[in-house]
Amino acid sequence: MSTPPSALEKRIHDKPTGEITVKFEDVSIAFEDKVVLDRISFELVHGETKAIFGVAGSGKSTLLKLALGLLRPDSGRIFVLGEEVTAMTEDQLFELRRRVGIVFQESALFDSLTVRENVAFRLYEEGKVSEEEIDERVREALSFVELEHTVDLYPSELSGGMRRRVSIARTIITHPEVLLYDSPTGGLDPVTSNTIIELVVKQRDMYKISALLVTHRLQDAFTMATHYFDRAENKMTPLPPHARTEVPFSFLILRDAHIIFDGDLQEIRETRDEYIREYIS
Amino acid sequence: MDIELISPSDWLKQQIKSVQDYTLIAVRSITNLFTAPRYLADTTQQADLIGWGSLPIIALTGFFTGAALAQNSGSTLQRFGSVTLIGQLVSLGMVRELGPVITGLMVAGRNASGMASELGSMVVTEQIDAMRALGTDPMRKLVTPRVVSTVTMLFFLTIIADALGLAGGGVASSLFFGVDSHQYWSTAWQILVFQDVFMGLAKPVLFGFIIATVGCYYGITARGGTQGVGRATTQAVVASSILIITVDFFVTRLSMTLFGQ
Repeated sequence: MSTPPSALEKRIHDKPTGEITVKFEDVSIAFEDKVVLDRISFELVHGETKAIFGVAGSGKSTLLKLALGLLRPDSGRIFVLGEEVTAMTEDQLFELRRRVGIVFQESALFDSLTVRENVAFRLYEEGKVSEEEIDERVREALSFVELEHTVDLYPSELSGGMRRRVSIARTIITHPEVLLYDSPTGGLDPVTSNTIIELVVKQRDMYKISALLVTHRLQDAFTMATHYFDRAENKMTPLPPHARTEVPFSFLILRDAHIIFDGDLQEIRETRDEYIREYIS
Repeated sequence: MDIELISPSDWLKQQIKSVQDYTLIAVRSITNLFTAPRYLADTTQQADLIGWGSLPIIALTGFFTGAALAQNSGSTLQRFGSVTLIGQLVSLGMVRELGPVITGLMVAGRNASGMASELGSMVVTEQIDAMRALGTDPMRKLVTPRVVSTVTMLFFLTIIADALGLAGGGVASSLFFGVDSHQYWSTAWQILVFQDVFMGLAKPVLFGFIIATVGCYYGITARGGTQGVGRATTQAVVASSILIITVDFFVTRLSMTLFGQ
């Protein structure tokens, strides 16, 4: 028996696939004398989740901050949802950022606000939403991450995994078209990591959200590439071996400020690059 | 720990950049007032924190500063047989100088540090980035409300400090020098002219602006984890206190040049 789509699902805008959601064109950035990204170019297609790998300090988190306009590149152009981020002023970026969500590495919840106030932050800022609607949407977002009971708690009263999930709820409450995850499973135990990965897969498969996901954990990426979200069972389920290339999931590997791999599960398994083979082994 | 040496030109560049960043924050904190969105609730919350929260320390320091001023000036005036002028000295000293400066320094110690540590913690835990990512301008939501509320509250806190300083002076002159209370208050009141009150009330406006912008600047530019936040907090108090004393000198000089006293 299939579960009927929720109000949240209905509101999700489903675009035809193939449209470019995020595009980096020859983007370079250096901090003081250290070149972090050097002429990086890649594209993220609508509905796709792209996992970004690289050793610590290889510019993974920088890449996400560039996509959101939180940092400015030294050269190159970045497009998000058809808008040229690199040519926009900070005020114009505030508008665009309402359509893009980011989950920070350390959650970055506002510690002086309750879970409810954190999750509803954007709605309060928009100022046009009634208290009843805010309550309903907070409940909906928290139920998506299965944390309805934490609504009146403060971030300091939550575990690391719960904070990460509240951060996801805060990000999805306004139904962004693109999601950026910065090491969402970093520092978490395997069980909690799996819960977070399941939420990412749920976003990808149920709502066709485009996502860039920075991670150190290769096993998380392989889980996402080999599983889909089964709505009837309400859980992440392994894909049959013949269908493993059907989920919109790809890998991007950074090394020495360059992209050394950008492809899907099949391609990464068949690569002859020694560094990548060693990386995934 | 290695000590990193920095070339003079790099040091100079850093200083110029700091001045540029501070100027940008200071200018934007004002220009934000003329366009939406405005955060009235945040401004009120900050006003409560700064105004009501600072009231006990301002009341105490104001009262005892006035009392100490009366004792010092009283003992000098007694030598010349002019102890009845004590009200005038306390009044001019408190309204023109000590009221604004003492209030400014106390609020700087309490609130510039608070702003630097609060905003600094938000920076190092990526809360400021999160706010920007959620489509909210931290300058509008965090800096402008703090500047507006500090300027407003410091103005009123200074008036309270002046009044309590005069009261403290009155108590001290009556207790230690036997000055008649009515005489004290009438001389204290009569000596004040427009330029004294103007100078005394222009200063807290400038000091409030200094406290909030310096506190926010050091908070927003904090780097290097909890140690960086601690450093920012100390720097905010030191810089705002020095600026208050320096600006006080120039405002006094300017006022005397303009009004001739």
